[in-house]
Amino acid sequence: MTIQQGQVDVKQEDNSQYLNKASAMEMETYDQSGRQPVLLGFLIAVIWLLIGTVLGDLSSFKFDHPDLLSGQAYLTFGRIRPAHLNAMVYGWASTAMFSVSLWLMPRLCRTRLRWGRVASCGILVWTAGLIVGLVLLLQGYSDGLEWLELDRMWADPLLVVGAAMVGASVWRTLAARNVHHLYVSVWYVAASYPWFLIIFLAGNLPFYRGVESAAVNWFYAHNALGLWLTAVNLALIYYLLPKIIGRPIYSYWLSLVGFWALALFYALNGMHHLIGGPIPSWMIATSITASIMMVIPVIAVGINQHMTVVGRFGAMRYSPALTLAVIAAMSYTAVSLQGIMTALVSVNRITHFTHWTIAHSHLGLYMFVTLSLFGGMYYILPRVLKREWPSRRLIRLHILLTGGGMALYIIALGIGGVLQGLSLLTPGTGFEASVASTKPWLMLRSISAVIISVGHLAFIYHSYLLAFSRKHSTTQLPPFIEFKPVLVKERKS
Amino acid sequence: MLMGALATVIFALVILVILPSSLLSHVEAPPQLKRPSQQELLGRQIYISNGCIYCHTQQVRDAEITADVSSGLGNRASVPADYVYDAPNLLGTMRTGPDLFNVGVRLPDSNWHLLHLYQPRALVPWSIMPAFPFLFEHKPKAEKGDKVLKVPAAYAPKQGVVVITPEAAALVAYLTSLRHDYPIPDSPAFKESQP
Repeated sequence: MTIQQGQVDVKQEDNSQYLNKASAMEMETYDQSGRQPVLLGFLIAVIWLLIGTVLGDLSSFKFDHPDLLSGQAYLTFGRIRPAHLNAMVYGWASTAMFSVSLWLMPRLCRTRLRWGRVASCGILVWTAGLIVGLVLLLQGYSDGLEWLELDRMWADPLLVVGAAMVGASVWRTLAARNVHHLYVSVWYVAASYPWFLIIFLAGNLPFYRGVESAAVNWFYAHNALGLWLTAVNLALIYYLLPKIIGRPIYSYWLSLVGFWALALFYALNGMHHLIGGPIPSWMIATSITASIMMVIPVIAVGINQHMTVVGRFGAMRYSPALTLAVIAAMSYTAVSLQGIMTALVSVNRITHFTHWTIAHSHLGLYMFVTLSLFGGMYYILPRVLKREWPSRRLIRLHILLTGGGMALYIIALGIGGVLQGLSLLTPGTGFEASVASTKPWLMLRSISAVIISVGHLAFIYHSYLLAFSRKHSTTQLPPFIEFKPVLVKERKS
Repeated sequence: MLMGALATVIFALVILVILPSSLLSHVEAPPQLKRPSQQELLGRQIYISNGCIYCHTQQVRDAEITADVSSGLGNRASVPADYVYDAPNLLGTMRTGPDLFNVGVRLPDSNWHLLHLYQPRALVPWSIMPAFPFLFEHKPKAEKGDKVLKVPAAYAPKQGVVVITPEAAALVAYLTSLRHDYPIPDSPAFKESQP
């Protein structure tokens, strides 16, 4: 590793000025080639973030005030809650991930984006499908499976076509690459599109009955997380960490281990959502085993990313993108280890069916996925728009409120979930005890939801200022573009 | 690389979807499990469209690792045969509310369910379940053929009556049909009960 570091340093000393200028111009060409779909995706994603936030807050408040807005069918908890999940997963996260993929591919393949118009149309088709699906969901038309609620007749075909169109642009760009070596981010992004299409189609086929339907349900829902949301966000973090810090990834070999072990083991994990349930025990045993095997890719990715950053954590002071990418990378390790732990029968018997699961999913979908996407937007938008984020104060406010609010959320619901689970495990206490034990923690969750929402409003307002306000000179260089490796004092060993 | 990435997912698909579906295809309904009626199926649809699944499970887990049986959710763990008429599954993942696999055994009274849906806190003061007033109709006066719900004064509308809609009746018919207290075909209890 010291040798690699040395090489970089030599290069920068010798001809850094020439190289920086050439590579900045080259990067600009790639960034501008995908300008249309990338900006379109981020714009739509931010709107979904706002909608999803409102739906999530409302769902949370309904726990504290069950009679709040219960008069209308479309505002009932059982419709608002899945609408929150779908708006966040397919609206916010997935649409932002389209943009991230379409921005990463040209840079990593060293060619301009191909079929950018197809990708833009794909994003629009996807969004149309999601709007149709969510309106139907609020009207009461649900397919009845968690994560697969969107109507399989009217919404899902549009989602499939939309994702396939974006995927076509990604793959066409890959085919036109000017590099021999494929960086690990390319592997993740390129694989995630066919993966998503396979699992989404398999999950939505209409002919499963009984417990099979449950097995397919969790096969899909778990893989949507692992093979879609995780894949693209790991790709983004793998790109941002070395890029911003200015040194190569710690180990190429470890990144390969991480990729293939994820592909092999993650896909088999789903049945740990049904531990103790009425499906054949060999299926559950397979998933528990595969869940434990997930230690391999998680530790491989964790070590690889940690060793890339270690010694230069001080650089986080200068770059919100790096700050968020580091927190997201650590959260990925944390959420995966928590998930492995939860798949063990001795833990699962307490935490299954409780709010622990909700805390866990927010650690994954928020602290990992959403923070990584925020980091990506902080890095990508100034480069595509050629304009700097106007306010450092708003960035700080956004990161503190969302990060802090979500930490409170996860701790509160985690504690509430364990208390609820212990109460459910004690026969003779009655169901009332399990409800009573969660009430204060649900209230705390609502408070953290408000904090997070304020953070989102700050971010959305700031994005609006960046994109539409004319106050800021367009010639001003983004500070991150001139970012040079910040060497924090070497630790004396 | 693409082939490898696809192979891992298709491998998982075969193990967790295709193999089980052929293994489970021979599972038959236990003789005591009734095929759901038209009304119960409509009720099941109301259950799905109002998202009951987000707070209620329909499964009794293995007694060795959980307190499901000892806390009275059923007299045995549920098995694949209990679910042959279910599409989609409603196994659920949350117990914010109690399990409903045997709710028809525990609470067979339709009137209790109707009032509980109209206003859960009229019957269970500590409940955090949402009320479903939109499954009922407020009318100034009951018309011919209307089924009127008796609501305690504290929760009743100031004027008029609360009429039970066919949707509310169907949902309650579905809930009270959830009875899985029969012995299962492979168990010793079932074999002993045969002549």
